[in-house]
Amino acid sequence: MMKAQTIEEKQYLVRFNADTKSHLHVLDPNICLTKCPDKICTIFCPASVYKWEEVRMHVGYEGCHECGSCRIGCPYENIQWEYPRGGYGIVFRLG
Amino acid sequence: MPEKFDCIVVGAGPAGTACAYELAKAGVNVLLLERGEYPGAKNVMGGVLYRKMMEDIIPEFYKEAPLERPIVEQRFMMMDKESAITFSYKGLEWGREPYNNFTVLRAKFDQWFAEKAVEQGALLVCETVAVECIVENGRVVGVRTDRPDGDIYADVVVLADGVNSLLAKQLGFHREWRPDEVALATMEILKLDKTVIEDRFNLEPNQGCTIEIFGDATKGIVGTGFLYTNKDTLSIGVGTLLSGLIKHKMKPYDLLEYVKNHPMIRPYIQGSEPVEYLAHLIPEGGYHSIPKVAGNGVLVVGDAAQLVNAIHREGSNMAMTSGRLAAETIIMAKAQNDFSESMLDQYRMKLMESFIGQDLKKYKDATHHFERFPQYFEQYIPMMNRAASQMFTVDGASKWEKQQKIWRDLGSAKQKFKLARDMMKAWKVMK
Repeated sequence: MMKAQTIEEKQYLVRFNADTKSHLHVLDPNICLTKCPDKICTIFCPASVYKWEEVRMHVGYEGCHECGSCRIGCPYENIQWEYPRGGYGIVFRLG
Repeated sequence: MPEKFDCIVVGAGPAGTACAYELAKAGVNVLLLERGEYPGAKNVMGGVLYRKMMEDIIPEFYKEAPLERPIVEQRFMMMDKESAITFSYKGLEWGREPYNNFTVLRAKFDQWFAEKAVEQGALLVCETVAVECIVENGRVVGVRTDRPDGDIYADVVVLADGVNSLLAKQLGFHREWRPDEVALATMEILKLDKTVIEDRFNLEPNQGCTIEIFGDATKGIVGTGFLYTNKDTLSIGVGTLLSGLIKHKMKPYDLLEYVKNHPMIRPYIQGSEPVEYLAHLIPEGGYHSIPKVAGNGVLVVGDAAQLVNAIHREGSNMAMTSGRLAAETIIMAKAQNDFSESMLDQYRMKLMESFIGQDLKKYKDATHHFERFPQYFEQYIPMMNRAASQMFTVDGASKWEKQQKIWRDLGSAKQKFKLARDMMKAWKVMK
């Protein structure tokens, strides 16, 4: 049996050149709190960028793969998604 | 930097670079913009690059490009929990010129390809995001970048900005994609000794193998797993429609771990070491999702135009060909100094006449069919596995008895009728 790898361990394999400000913004935090029991972005985001912290959504943009899933998958279109500034963000070295 | 070019290409992936290469070769003054630190830094692909469409641009590229292995065998696994039916084609004609396809690592390949465009005379500028198209009097006349004084002008702008084509969306060429028009793929690169790879996949040095995995790789969700051989690494991944992950409330990296630890897969990758983890969206809306691809002073190519054949895992080839066709159109437009939509729309016509338009049309309803009717992946693949197990297990029962057992396993008369109808429907969307 191979040791199951956690998402944190996977993220350690990736090089990020994080900007000082986020390229991802929850537009209306109230929607996450009151209208979205599933908080589905915390599940489908492949980098676990979105974490629900009791009353608010924590957005760990520094580990974002810039895939775009959250922008498309948020049922309330509540995520403003931009590209990080030129040169910042994820840096794939191989695949 | 001069602030006016003949053409600006946004995005140095296979589509944008192919376009810039062809334009530069024809003497067109072209700027190739890339938001990553280098071309490939933002790009992800399972790893299969097709020889023909690349050679249409650079003949005999395989003699110098950074490739991993030419593929000589393609396997397809219909996988259940602890069994699999595997089909394969292996042909040594694929292992020699002119080759069929190769595995590549995109960060290396895309850099090499962009350098070739630069050799032809394209100007490559990295670490620059095109944040919007500059539109004047209903025509695109340039792009606004995130650099200071970052407005750059051109006769024509080519949007090769990938699956998240924010620029084409801003222009109103398409609405936001729906979660059932994109697949989320996660993958890992696993380091493994090359002789071990060759032993496990039954390969000679400089031969490669691809495995596509259906069924339990995605726990029944529409999608596929894949395992490809590189020189001294493996690429393993799993892609499902985003809508499927949402519906099943499944974490994509948990699914990847599930595939890696599946008893049918684990022996291939045992002892390997993960060296990179990657996630990316694949546009899988197909024919019905192709946006407007030509406007006044602007063209859309590659993933940005949803040019992916998900059934045959072809995308980079369509990207390259679309880039080349866009370049041909621009060269023609330049000769007549007419960059209007009616002129540039010739690109759309060329696209639709090519294998791209034809293949996407062929499978126009396939993805949606398999997403609407999950029984193919959830029920029929396990059923096939049970039938094979029954038929090939020698336990004293006669072959007639075994056939009857398989027949009974198909369910009631009503269920059998449904199965027959589903097979007909599958044939219809694939034929």
